[in-house]
Amino acid sequence: MIALRGLTKEFPGGVRALDGLDLEIADGEFFALLGPSGCGKTTLLRTIAGLETPTSGNIWIGGTEVTSVPPGKRDVAMVFQDYALFPHMDVTANVAYPLRIRKVPRARREARAAETASRLSLSELLARRPAQLSGGQQQRVALARAVACHPRAFLFDEPLSNLDARLRLEARTFLKRLQRELAVTTVFVTHDQGEALALTDRIAVMSAGRFTQVGTPTEVFQRPANTFTAAFIGSTPMNLLPGTAGDGALRVAGAVLPLPGGVPDGPIVYGVRPEYMDLSLTPRADAFAGKVAVVENLGTAHLVTLESGEHLIQTVVPEGAEPSPGTAAWAVPRPGRALVYRDDRLVSPCPANGANR
Amino acid sequence: MREHFRHVVAVIGRATFLAAVLGFFALPLLWLATAPFDARPGIAVSVPEFTLRNFQALLDNPYALTSLRNSLIQAGGSAVLVVTLAALAAYALSRARVPGRDALLYVLLLLSSVVSGTAAMVPLFELATRLGLIDTHLGVVLTLSGGLLPAAIFIMKDFMDGTPTSYEESARVFGASSGQILRHVVIPLVRPGLATIAVWAVANVWGSFLQPFILLRDPEKAPGAVILYTLYTEGGAPRLDLISAFSLLYSLPVVVMYVFVSRRYGFRFHGGIKS
Repeated sequence: MIALRGLTKEFPGGVRALDGLDLEIADGEFFALLGPSGCGKTTLLRTIAGLETPTSGNIWIGGTEVTSVPPGKRDVAMVFQDYALFPHMDVTANVAYPLRIRKVPRARREARAAETASRLSLSELLARRPAQLSGGQQQRVALARAVACHPRAFLFDEPLSNLDARLRLEARTFLKRLQRELAVTTVFVTHDQGEALALTDRIAVMSAGRFTQVGTPTEVFQRPANTFTAAFIGSTPMNLLPGTAGDGALRVAGAVLPLPGGVPDGPIVYGVRPEYMDLSLTPRADAFAGKVAVVENLGTAHLVTLESGEHLIQTVVPEGAEPSPGTAAWAVPRPGRALVYRDDRLVSPCPANGANR
Repeated sequence: MREHFRHVVAVIGRATFLAAVLGFFALPLLWLATAPFDARPGIAVSVPEFTLRNFQALLDNPYALTSLRNSLIQAGGSAVLVVTLAALAAYALSRARVPGRDALLYVLLLLSSVVSGTAAMVPLFELATRLGLIDTHLGVVLTLSGGLLPAAIFIMKDFMDGTPTSYEESARVFGASSGQILRHVVIPLVRPGLATIAVWAVANVWGSFLQPFILLRDPEKAPGAVILYTLYTEGGAPRLDLISAFSLLYSLPVVVMYVFVSRRYGFRFHGGIKS
């Protein structure tokens, strides 16, 4: 288990990279730190690893307080974004390096390196140097090196971001299976919301050194606690439109929409994902009216951008149903899929328990 | 037609110029290759009247061979000292936050030409006398190393800066101590830089004349560069037979070292960091 209490990191010059973070990561959990660059996710990972010292707050790993314990004594393994494989050592020596530090005899550690390598399908490559490996192979060697030392926790700093798109999907599946087999607590830093949703048990969405939401992928995707999370999660950006609640209806960008329960009268922000809207070519009152501005081919569907007054509204339409640019169209939000925010907090549907922090 | 003519003139002009430059550099080397084996060497390059008598005469000189040994001691000692100190200083300067670090480096570099240069010879002699370092190899080694260190630190720091810190951080997370990180990771990674510094230090010390000339009295301890200066007749005329033969022997170790080091420690390591 990894626990943080009031963790704060201030860099010289007054930049607050981490701002009073509290978090508990359960044993064996696959946990993502997700956020845009500069949000503090890598600093948090490095602080857990011990490479950065927090300005205040405490860290526990496996029930022991490690706040002032040096990195080598925390029993964690880190995989760096650039892998940091030692270029002057072959694969065996790289994978066996953590064991070499622990003074495991050469024969034993090489046997264990070979065993770990075969588990990650690297047996053919044991005698190669990192420069003679492809990007995907380097990534697996870096994983093998982390696995070989049987740590209490894995810390991954964007290990997939240096792979090309196709390879990244394969590596993702592989990583998830490996984590399930080993059942080792894993903290995974990524800026890719798709990766976080696909891989992990829980996600902490970060912005400016704080968690904007901590929850399961489903919670974070279906009930984003605030507009930042709503805009950040999802492969197409969520439509977020200002409006007002009153007289038993929501008035948003010219559309009159049914008022969901629990929304008091007043100004609101209305959110709906492009995937949760249908396009109608005939006028409707409960729809956003607009003119088709852009049509983007997503392969199995099309992303249509409507110009509706000063707002741009995006909807996803199935293949074959895409309108031509310039035509008038109406985007109809599906009932029950809308998110209503007031003062940047979710008011409808009811936020999931523990999703708000 | 005129275009063609102009082109030919340009080619001829260029070739002539390059030949002149090449000749300028090649003639002394050619002399070094032929004169030692010439029975009557002059200062001009000529087809030698082959003989090994010059080398025989050189071996009769009591200081010739010991001076090469002395050169080896002084150059080797300086190289070890310079590489060790420069590597440690450069690592620290590259990794630690030191206020005014760059200014410090530039001032050191500026002063380095003064520290062991001609201008400082009198105070250096004075210092060496008081420390009892006159007429010792150590005195020469310390003086020359002091002069080489700033530039060596400067070059090494560049190598260190070019090495990503994630290698070291990775080793640290696996529990390696500072000493282990230095031995297992940093030194192997900057080995080409260390080899560069070593070769450069050896070549510099090998060619140094003024410092050993002033700091050493005993010809038994004088390095090759100083002994070369003594190969004259009583009348002051150069003994070209001895000078040429000695020059050849004196040059060979440095050439051999260059070849060896570039074979052994060429820039081979790439990869391991995905960029």
